Amino acid sequence: MRLGRVVGNVIATVKHPSLHAQRLLLVEDENAEGELSGKLRLALDVVDAGEGDRVLVVDEGNAAAQVLARGRGPVRTVIVGVVDEVESEGSASRAARS
Amino acid sequence: MEYGEVIGTVVATRKVPAWSGERLLRVQPTDAQGVPIGRKLVALDITSAAPGQRVFFVRGREAAHVLADVFNPADAAIVAQVDRLEGVVTESPGKAARR
Repeated sequence: MRLGRVVGNVIATVKHPSLHAQRLLLVEDENAEGELSGKLRLALDVVDAGEGDRVLVVDEGNAAAQVLARGRGPVRTVIVGVVDEVESEGSASRAARS
Repeated sequence: MEYGEVIGTVVATRKVPAWSGERLLRVQPTDAQGVPIGRKLVALDITSAAPGQRVFFVRGREAAHVLADVFNPADAAIVAQVDRLEGVVTESPGKAARR
């Protein structure tokens, strides 16, 4: 799993059926200090995350299939948590963007 | 799943039977502004995307799952055509200036 920041919403009409009627969010990788890396991912959202939220993302097909409670499909990136706070080596960074 | 732009088509008459009738496209991974990131790749396409279109593609074992017969050797596949992104800057300053 990795940390990321929801940076946007994705509107896609033509897509694989496994992405139909799913919330698709654009997530940018972020490190523990809250610095964005520029790497974008399209993720399905099952925790009602919103723009600006710091989130926990899985990027692996079997985990995605389990979280979505369905068989394997061409989906591997799912937002599985909204992060409140990250503490690492004495420093803590809040989820809210300053 | 990752963001990219279709930059070309691949024509392959002889290919593995599981891919017969399927489209293969060249994709350049990019950031939200369309600036290339990393190596170009060839991806299976089930969305009938065309060169110039912005797409999302999936890499890895999951790519093979776009086809009904999952026993195919795809390692990248386009899963969605992007109409638009909301919340991020999608145009680089240079590109806007050229218009």
